[in-house]
Amino acid sequence: MDATLVELSRLQFAMTAMYHFLFVPLTLGLSFMLAIMESVYVMTGRTIWRDMTKFWGLLFGINFAMGVATGIVMEFQFGTNWAFYSHYVGDIFGAPLAIEGLMAFFLEATLVGLFFFGWDKLSKVKHLAVTWLVALGSNLSALWILVANGWMQNPVGSEFNPDTMRMEVVDFAAVIFNPVAQAKFVHTVAAGYVTGAVFVLAISAWYLLRHRHEALAKRSFTVAASFGLAAALSVVVLGDESGYTITDNQKMKLAMIEGMWETEEAPAPFALFGIPDREAQETHYELKIPWVMGLIATRSIDQEIPGIRELLALSELHIRDGLLAYDALETLKVDESNAAARQTFLENQEYMGYALMLKKYVEDPRTASDEQIAMATRDALPNVFALFWSFRFMVVIGFYMIALFGLAFYMVSLRRRVPRWFLRVAFLTLPLPWVAAELGWLVAEYGRQPWVIEGVLPTFLGVSSLTVTDLLITVAGFLVIYTTLAVIEVKLMLKYIRKGPEEEESADNPARLDERFSPAFNRPQE
Amino acid sequence: MLFDYEVLRLIWWALLGVLLVAFAVTDGFDMGVAALLPAVARGDGQRRQVINTVGPVWEGNQVWFVLGGGAIFAAWPALYAVSFSGFYLAMFLILVALIIRPVAFKFRSKRDEPAWRARWDAALCFSGVVPALIFGVAVGNVLQGVPFHFDSDLRPFYTGSFFALLNPFALLCGLVSLAMLVLHGATWLQIKADGEPAERARRIGLVAAALVIVLFAIGGFWVSHMDGYRVVGAMDPMGPSNPLRKEVVTEAGVWLANYGAQPLLWLVPLLGFGGAALAMLGLFTRIGALSFLGSKLSVAAIITTVGVSMFPMILPSSSDPGHSLMVWDASSSHYTLGIMLIATVILLPIVLLYTAWVYKVLWGKVSESDVNKDMY
Repeated sequence: MDATLVELSRLQFAMTAMYHFLFVPLTLGLSFMLAIMESVYVMTGRTIWRDMTKFWGLLFGINFAMGVATGIVMEFQFGTNWAFYSHYVGDIFGAPLAIEGLMAFFLEATLVGLFFFGWDKLSKVKHLAVTWLVALGSNLSALWILVANGWMQNPVGSEFNPDTMRMEVVDFAAVIFNPVAQAKFVHTVAAGYVTGAVFVLAISAWYLLRHRHEALAKRSFTVAASFGLAAALSVVVLGDESGYTITDNQKMKLAMIEGMWETEEAPAPFALFGIPDREAQETHYELKIPWVMGLIATRSIDQEIPGIRELLALSELHIRDGLLAYDALETLKVDESNAAARQTFLENQEYMGYALMLKKYVEDPRTASDEQIAMATRDALPNVFALFWSFRFMVVIGFYMIALFGLAFYMVSLRRRVPRWFLRVAFLTLPLPWVAAELGWLVAEYGRQPWVIEGVLPTFLGVSSLTVTDLLITVAGFLVIYTTLAVIEVKLMLKYIRKGPEEEESADNPARLDERFSPAFNRPQE
Repeated sequence: MLFDYEVLRLIWWALLGVLLVAFAVTDGFDMGVAALLPAVARGDGQRRQVINTVGPVWEGNQVWFVLGGGAIFAAWPALYAVSFSGFYLAMFLILVALIIRPVAFKFRSKRDEPAWRARWDAALCFSGVVPALIFGVAVGNVLQGVPFHFDSDLRPFYTGSFFALLNPFALLCGLVSLAMLVLHGATWLQIKADGEPAERARRIGLVAAALVIVLFAIGGFWVSHMDGYRVVGAMDPMGPSNPLRKEVVTEAGVWLANYGAQPLLWLVPLLGFGGAALAMLGLFTRIGALSFLGSKLSVAAIITTVGVSMFPMILPSSSDPGHSLMVWDASSSHYTLGIMLIATVILLPIVLLYTAWVYKVLWGKVSESDVNKDMY
C-alpha cells in the first residue's frame, strides 16, 4: 500500500468531512429554532414571528445548500476513495446510509423547497407542519449517519464471512441500538442545537448593539437563550463519554484523552493540565483532580480505567491471536471445505483485524518478525497530545456555553436588563460552537486511528487502488472549490445579516410590541 | 426470511433500476432545464422564471441520486466499490457539478450584479450538461466492459485510464443521455413555463426528440454487433457473493440474447423510441402533458433497456471477464437485502406520498411576473 496514497486519501476525507460538518450543526439547530419561531407565529398570529422565521430561514437556506452540496461528496467518497473499505463493510455500513436517504434526507430536501416557496401556497398550519418536518428530517438524518459512524467505533452485530471475504450483518438491531451510536447521536444533535442557538444569539446581539431591527432581535435573543440553555446542558450532561468504556479502542481513546499511561485505581482522576509525550510515554506537568474521570467515564466509583501501556500490551496479544485467524483464512481461500481451518478461524476471527495491521510492514502477516509485531503494536497509539488538548478545549467551550446561556436565560426570563457588555460577549461567541464541533470530530475520528473500523480493518488497508496523481487532482480540486464556496457563502451571509430582515410586512406597531414583549431590553443601557 | 436469496437479489436488481429511473425522470428534468438555461431564457427575468420552474423541487429530486448511491452501497457493495473508484475522475467531475448546482440555485439571485448572475448561470448550465453526458459515457463503458480485477482478498483494482473512458461508443451513449435529458427538460418547461422560454424550449425539444430516436437507434445497432459477456456453465443464484468463482466469455450479440429468449422484452427498447415520438407529437401539437409523459417513458425505457440487455451481468470486466459482477455474486448478504427491502417497502411509499403532495401544491405554470414573489 502506497503510504502517500493513504495519507492523501485520509487528508481528502478529513478535509471534506470537516468542511461538511461546518454546515451540518447549524442546519440541525436552526431548523428546530425556525420551527419554534413559526409555532409562536401560528399560535399568536403576530406577524413579527413570521418575519423572524423568514429572516432566519433565509440564512438557513444559504447554509442548507452548502450542507447538501458537501454531503453528496460524503455519500460517494467511500466508493471513490475507500473501495476496499466499501467492499469489506458495505453489507453493514451501507444500510444505515441508504435508510438515511429514504427516511430522512428525502424528507428534509423535498419539503425544504416548500418552506421557501410555500408561504403563499399553504395554510399557516400546513406551512408550520412543513417546517417541523424539515427539522425532523435533518435530525433523523443525523441519527442514521451516526448509526453508521457508531458502528465504525464499535462494530457490533456483524461477522466476517470467509466465503465472501467481507464483514456481514448478523444482528441489525444491535447495529441500530449500538450504545456508542446512541450516545453520539444525542451528543451531536445537542451540539447542533447549541450551534443554532449561538448563531441566533450572536447575530441578535449584534443588532441590539447597533439598535437595529430591535423588535426581531429581542425575540430571537430570547428564543436562542432558552433553546440554547437546554441544548448546552444536554451536550455536556449527555456527553459522549458514556461510550468510552465499551471497547478496547474506545478505552484507548479515553486513556489518550487523559494522557493516562498507567492504569489508575478507581475512581480515576481527571488531568486538568499536562503535556503528553508520545516518545517518552509519560505526561509532563500533570495537574490532576481526583475522582472526576472515573465518575464521568464509568458513572461509578469502583470501575478501573485501563492505562495506555496496559492497552498496548493487550494489542500485542490480539495481533498474535489474529495471526491464527489469518492463517486459517488463507487456508480456506484455497480449500473452502477445510473444516479444521474453518474452526480455527471461527475461534480467532474477533482479532483478525489486528493481524491485518501487520500488512503495513509485510505482505504476508504470517511471516512478520517480532520487531514488526512490536511496530504494529505501537501503531495502536495515535497522537496523544492532539487528542488530550482537543478534548480539553472542547470541554472548556462546552462549559462556557452553559455559563453563557445560563446568564442569557437569567437575564431575559427574570426580566433583568441585558447589559451591553453581555451583548458584546454573546456576539464574540459566534465562532466557538464550530470550533468545538470540529474538535469533537477530531477526538472521535482521529482518536479512532489506526482503525477505520475498530479492531476490524486498519485505515491504511481501506483505500482504493488509485494513483497519487488521481488524489492530487481531486484534493486540489476540492480545495479550490470548497475555498471559493466558503468565501462566497460567508460573504452572502454577511450581506444578508447586514441587510437585516424585511420588516415592512409586520402589521403591529413595533414600539408598542416591544414594550409588551420584553422590558428586559428596554431599561436604560450602559 | 420471507424471500429466498435468489428472489431478493432479483428484487434488488429491479430496485436498482427503479432508483436509477426515478433519478433520471425527476432530477433529469432539473439537469435538462439547467442545460437549456442559456438557450431558452433571455434576460434576467426569464432566467429566474426558468430557474424557478425547478427551484422548489430540484433539492428533493437530487435525493434520488444520493439514495441510489446509498442503495448501491447497501445492496451491491462490490459494484459501489469497483465502479466509483474505477470511474474516479469522471465521478469527481459529476461530484463537482452536483456541488455547484445546489449552490448555484440558492446563490444566483442573492446579489444583483449582472456579472455575478451570469457566472452562476454558466455554472448551472455546466452542472446540467456535464453529469448528463458523463452518466451516459459511464453506461457506454459498462456495456463494453471495464478493465478491473480483484486479488484474493477481493480488493478491487482498476487498470483503465480516464481518457480510455472517452471511446466512440461511450461518447455516443453520452450523447443519447444528454439528448434524452435535454428533451426531458424541454418538455418540463413546456408544462411549467409560459411565454418565450416555453416556446424556445418547445423548438429545442423537437430537435432533441429526433436526436434521441436517431442516436438510440445507432446505439442499438452498435450493441447488436458488439461483444457481450456470458457465463460459462450454470451459476448458483443462491451462492455466496464472491465474484471469483465463475468463468465468463465474450461473444458478439450476447447483449441481445435475453430478447431472443423473451421476445416480449422488445417492448422495452420500442418504448424508448415510442416515448420520444410521443414527446415529439406533444411538442408539435403543444399538448404539454403528452410531451412530458412521452419523455418520461422514453427516459425510463432507455435506461431499462440497458439493464435488461445485460441481465444477469451488472458490471463486466474486460481485462478479467471471470471477475465480472453479476446479480448472483455481487450483492449484499441475504439478511441485509431482506432488512433493506423491509425498510424500502415501509419508507418508499411515504416518500412518494409527500413528494406527490409537494408537486400538487406547486401545480401550475411559473410566469416571469411571479419571480419577485419568491425567495430565489
